[in-house]
Amino acid sequence: MIEGNFLPRWVSIGLIPLINLLLAFLVSGIVIFFIGENPLQAILVMIKGAFYYPGSIGYTLYYTTNFIFAGLAVALAFHAKLFNIGGEGQAYVGGLGVGLVCLALDQSINSFLVTILAVFGSGIFGAFWGVIPGYLQAKRGSHIVITTIMFNFIAASLMVYLLVNVIIEPGQMSPETRDFSEGVGLVQVHKLANYFGISMAVSPFNISFFIALIVSFGFWILVWRTRFGYEVRSLGHSETAAKYAGIDVSRTIVLVMAISGGLAGLVAINELLGVHNKLLLGFTAGYGFTGIAVALMGRNHPVGIFLSSLLFGALYQGGTELDFEFSSITREMVLLIQGLIILFSGALAYMMNPIVEKIYFNYFKGPKNA
Amino acid sequence: MTTIEINEGNDTSVSLPSFSGSSIELKNITKRFGHVVANDEVSLKVEAGTIHGVVGENGAGKSTLMNILFGLYKPDGGSIYLDGNIVDVTSPEKSISLGIGMVHQHFMLVPTFTVLENVMLGNEGSFSLKNGEKTALQRLQKLSSTYGLNVDFHSLISDLPVGMQQRVEILKALNRGAKILILDEPTGVLTPQETIGLFEILNSLKNKGVTIILITHKLKEIMSTTEAVSVMRGGKVVANLKTNNTSPEELAEKMVGRKVLLSIEKKEPKIGNKALTVKNLNHLSKDGVDVLKNVSFSISEGEILGVAGVAGNGQSELLDILSGIEQLQRGEIEINQTRLLPGEKWDPKKVREMGMAHVPEDRQKRGLILPFYNYENSILGYQRKESYSSGFLLDKNKILKLFTETAEQFDLRPRNPNIASNKLSGGNQQKLVLAREIQSQPKILLIGQPTRGVDIGAIERIYEDLLRLKDAGTAILLVSVELDEIMSLSDRIIVMNQGKIVGETMGSNATEIDLGKMMSGLDRTN
Repeated sequence: MIEGNFLPRWVSIGLIPLINLLLAFLVSGIVIFFIGENPLQAILVMIKGAFYYPGSIGYTLYYTTNFIFAGLAVALAFHAKLFNIGGEGQAYVGGLGVGLVCLALDQSINSFLVTILAVFGSGIFGAFWGVIPGYLQAKRGSHIVITTIMFNFIAASLMVYLLVNVIIEPGQMSPETRDFSEGVGLVQVHKLANYFGISMAVSPFNISFFIALIVSFGFWILVWRTRFGYEVRSLGHSETAAKYAGIDVSRTIVLVMAISGGLAGLVAINELLGVHNKLLLGFTAGYGFTGIAVALMGRNHPVGIFLSSLLFGALYQGGTELDFEFSSITREMVLLIQGLIILFSGALAYMMNPIVEKIYFNYFKGPKNA
Repeated sequence: MTTIEINEGNDTSVSLPSFSGSSIELKNITKRFGHVVANDEVSLKVEAGTIHGVVGENGAGKSTLMNILFGLYKPDGGSIYLDGNIVDVTSPEKSISLGIGMVHQHFMLVPTFTVLENVMLGNEGSFSLKNGEKTALQRLQKLSSTYGLNVDFHSLISDLPVGMQQRVEILKALNRGAKILILDEPTGVLTPQETIGLFEILNSLKNKGVTIILITHKLKEIMSTTEAVSVMRGGKVVANLKTNNTSPEELAEKMVGRKVLLSIEKKEPKIGNKALTVKNLNHLSKDGVDVLKNVSFSISEGEILGVAGVAGNGQSELLDILSGIEQLQRGEIEINQTRLLPGEKWDPKKVREMGMAHVPEDRQKRGLILPFYNYENSILGYQRKESYSSGFLLDKNKILKLFTETAEQFDLRPRNPNIASNKLSGGNQQKLVLAREIQSQPKILLIGQPTRGVDIGAIERIYEDLLRLKDAGTAILLVSVELDEIMSLSDRIIVMNQGKIVGETMGSNATEIDLGKMMSGLDRTN
């Protein structure tokens, strides 16, 4: 067997994604130029908007949190070669778990305990929404891509029905529940800082972010260090080999979708327990879908997912600033840039490989006579 | 010299190539892949109208060289001379137009097309197929009568036996005007009778002036059919020999770089208790085909039972059922006095727990997970074993330690646990699988195609391991399409044809001719 031309790791997982990213920004810059604005100035505004202005980092990290959960959810399924597009619906139903726990218990028991239970509620409800498509795939052969898309729609309808007819706060028009009682929720970091006497700008950045980091570490352990993770990766690489190895394929699929759904469900703790303090319509705002791009860019590894989440978080936050600063640039510009990033680092991920390979081998390494 | 002209309705006239015979010479061909030099200043000369063998272990650079000759790879240095003139083979199209044809190891045929349609593919002639079909048919008839390549041009490829499909590949190349034919491991999938047929065809092609390059690892074939042979090792041609002046032993030694034992010594089996008994096994495939019909046999401790047969006659299904991958439908299996009937839970996990290990036929799809690291693959199937884990975590240190010991014991190369298994050669991949299964100290070992795509050096090693295991009292079921292998390893041989056991013989008095007859079945015409 012949070894091919292999680029070193730092080129293939460091340099090439960076080049792709720069290309996406370059094309975005060209678009901004044709709109009639200065691209460099726009980028400066975005960077400042994401990291420099008071509170901006907090906002960036708040968005990052959502993307980490959603990205991990997609990545876990990817490791078993399952394409979970249902992160959006799983996050939404996870929110129902948070809402039900809080509404049912926040008047009667300790609010710290309620919060803990609500966190588990989000995971369990999200898991439930992932298990059904998982079961259908494993036992009935219904394709997971189709079923998870359908389950996004079902989740949306279900939540509209519940929020309009069942758990809406009586006597008001907007489809949302009553506020959870004081003390329930995940504390925001600026409040925590104030408590210790450090002054910090107000932002929705809350301790869900740290939960996301812990979960990311747990994800790594699960996938690369446990027997279960070994079986998941085996299944993802080769179903025939997995069967040969005595791995229960159906059971593994169902379990993976449960955990994947649970991870997506955790988006709800950042949004509902960390920010809104009530269950409301459409709080997932597409984070579940963006999770697909995040996982893709992050190569299904927690470190990669953290970095790509940070990038998407910064884009979200910086994009808002762009909208404020320039009259001719709207918020949709962020969607364009996001789209270009996904295009270049997802769909066209290998476009630059031949060129980089050529340059690398011709100018840096030179053909060796090994 | 023959020139056959056919005039069709169109304004162009096509002619079959005139076979004056072409010689081909490669001078100082060098090809690098990154740091690896796959071909290092390779020079060889093939005389016109001869059969020239190219032998070498996997990774010796044979395929790279042939792919350069066929225009699939661009060499980094060196030149190719056709009939003494320098040529630039930049693409397969170019190479075809120069008269070079290739029959790949895995056929490039569309199974749902007829022979005629396959031959025409890429050479349709005109927008409407009608004229092209007429011309192609005429040419095919000429070709097949000239060279004795008889095929029904209107049957579907999927209906043809493998040997016939190979003829279609040869016809395809000839139809494109091939004067030089490259055959890559052509006999791997053929029965002994089909192999004889192929070599008859090759000889008749040679007599008509076609130059043939035969890539194979079977030294017997080299000795019986070629005029000259080039031996490759480590990207270099280490010898260019006249076949008459060499011997299989010399070729093997040149290929491996050291002396190799071609025949193995087998001790008398010390037969113990019955380890595995199969009674009246019947199996219906997913497509509703009877793939196993009343299969019954038994193996005892310390015995190797060989299952001979042409690929696709039920051997794979037999392995799948015994190893628990497929469910038992009808019949019964008895393992060490434990009886198993249809309907009982039966899966690879349970099979392993009962002391039966399985080295699958397809190590790349089943036996290994290619992108996994070696140490990860060394526990595939045993990942839930207590000794590999601490709690629900896998104990990487324990696994690594065990891997190092096993790799040493089974001479795995390279021994690095942290490289992906797809970087290993075929032989070392097989050693890895075999080592893992032997490591589990099985009472029964099921093994399919133990040396498919494995180098001579490694084959020797694998045979030794199997015989040692047998001598230690393990019952071994050996399924292989290589008759030599079956005959030299087995104590007893059963032959399968169309899902039935059609014959049984002791290993010591089996002959290739007898087995070949049984393998082809009584109701089979060849």
